Amino acid sequence: MASSIHASGAETAEGVRGTPRRRKVPLFVWAAAGFLLVVVLAAVFAPVISPYDPIRQSLRERLKGPTWFPEEGRQRHLLGTDQLGRDILSRVIHGSRISLVVGFAAVVIGGAIGGLLGLLSGYAGGIVDEIIMLVVDGQLAFPFILLAIGIIAVLGPSFGNLIIIVGLSGWVTYARIVRAQVLTIKEREYVLAIRGLGGSTWRILTRHIVPNTLAPFLVITTLELARTILLESTLSFLGLGIQPPTPSWGGMLSEGRGYLDTAWWISAFPGLILMLTALVVSRVGDWLRDVLDPTLRGL
Amino acid sequence: MQGFGRFLTYRVVRMLIALWSVVTVVFIVMRLSGDPVPLLLPPDAPIAEMERLRHEMGLDRPILVQYGVFVQQAVRGDFGRSIHFRTSAMQVVWERVPATLELAFASFLCAIVIAIPAGIVSAVRRGSVIDDVVMGVALVGQAAPTFYIGIMLILTCSLWLGLFPTSGRGDWRNLVLPAVTLGAFAMASIARITRSAVLEILRADYIRTARAKGLPEFWTIAKHTMRNAAIPIVTIVGLQLGNLLGGAVVTETIFSWPGIGRLAIQSIYNRDYPIVQSCVFMTAAMFVMVNFLVDVAYGILDPRIRR
Repeated sequence: MASSIHASGAETAEGVRGTPRRRKVPLFVWAAAGFLLVVVLAAVFAPVISPYDPIRQSLRERLKGPTWFPEEGRQRHLLGTDQLGRDILSRVIHGSRISLVVGFAAVVIGGAIGGLLGLLSGYAGGIVDEIIMLVVDGQLAFPFILLAIGIIAVLGPSFGNLIIIVGLSGWVTYARIVRAQVLTIKEREYVLAIRGLGGSTWRILTRHIVPNTLAPFLVITTLELARTILLESTLSFLGLGIQPPTPSWGGMLSEGRGYLDTAWWISAFPGLILMLTALVVSRVGDWLRDVLDPTLRGL
Repeated sequence: MQGFGRFLTYRVVRMLIALWSVVTVVFIVMRLSGDPVPLLLPPDAPIAEMERLRHEMGLDRPILVQYGVFVQQAVRGDFGRSIHFRTSAMQVVWERVPATLELAFASFLCAIVIAIPAGIVSAVRRGSVIDDVVMGVALVGQAAPTFYIGIMLILTCSLWLGLFPTSGRGDWRNLVLPAVTLGAFAMASIARITRSAVLEILRADYIRTARAKGLPEFWTIAKHTMRNAAIPIVTIVGLQLGNLLGGAVVTETIFSWPGIGRLAIQSIYNRDYPIVQSCVFMTAAMFVMVNFLVDVAYGILDPRIRR
């Protein structure tokens, strides 16, 4: 599997003015990976490393500034507290769980559905292809967030609904990219040769076509992860995703809105972490794309 | 011109299919939600009364008949009466359209006026400090969620600096922050695409020719580069215009802007489904219309597209 990723990657990368086969991994990718590792570890060990209980209220401690805030005197909360006296740092740490779980689950759902349908569409062709592409065009015909709003409005916000909706938002991208890749590979001489020699469809698909779609698939997955994390937080911000008191980054921003003039830190910190996470994931995606498959540019 | 006629027909058919699929999805989602009758009546309403209303709304008819009626009503823009406002839902939505269009138009203008020159300068001065700064800002603009940009703008520009009001609709000062917020993502994308489109063309032979014959650099870029860079830029502009309509939901909520997006969210809280449906349908219709116009513009700019 790994060797085929390299093979297909090199094949496309070398077409671009003699790009060297091996590149040094740039510093920002290491930095990005480091940041992501910290976020993942924070999510995994959230109950252990959180200084406070993320949903425990303490009215005496409400709206306290961060520890390093000059005017506030001695404080016990590194990033301050919210309107109910809950510790922001602990809530940000626990919020990373929601973002990552929903983000990854949605990418898995979207990737599985989109990947399979793209494979089917590209390989089978004909009426199957027409129908799948009609559905793809239909979904792209209007902004998905509206559909999400409509569906959540009637089904009600819940964790399960959120994952399904965010997951369904992305399958079209996978379907189109995988389909395009399959269409070019299935006409290659070696695939035709295998078919001529009596190789089964199953063999052609699993041994030759699927491995060659992995590189673009990986690139899309990374870029999609950034998008799903943002969509989850947007829906939670609008009150259509994770419901209080469970901490989510989008929800925290929304709760802090009413206290911007007195306690800006309630909104500012979760938003900052959210933005950095999305930025870092999408930069890694951009880098993977440039290394593995520059033809995906302009996506 | 015959080719262009066929191209137009094809696009119109696609537009109608898209609208039809929106209506169908709205219908399916509405039916998924279950029986709306208990919502419309007081909890202690007698069974007979519920049956009467169910009959009146046509809910006791076969599902395909209901679908047919629904499509007919959708064509007329009739999604029933608002539960909250007690008038025609479409009328309530229609009154909010100008506010949303004003916001979308302002942010779009803002994005184009800032992003295209920034992208060109970035490409021409490739590798310079200006390039780094523009691309750095664009990168952040693409990654930052709309609501975070909005909240940070309110915090810095309204509360700390006192430059603009925090919310509401009024004169141009009310428009600045929402327009920048909504336009941020489009601005970032347009700047990046413009830069790469211009870079691509600056490498072309005819640009070298133009330079070799001593044409001033400004004219080389203005005349030879921009016309050719226009096609990818128009594409991304079209895509972003659609995103603007989706992003309006968030921006209008943050800035209490009285448009369709905020109405949709409020109506969800009010469980006012006719309004939600009308909002979804209205926005989808605008989105589809914009895409149609972009496609046509695309066909005019590049005759090869028409096929």
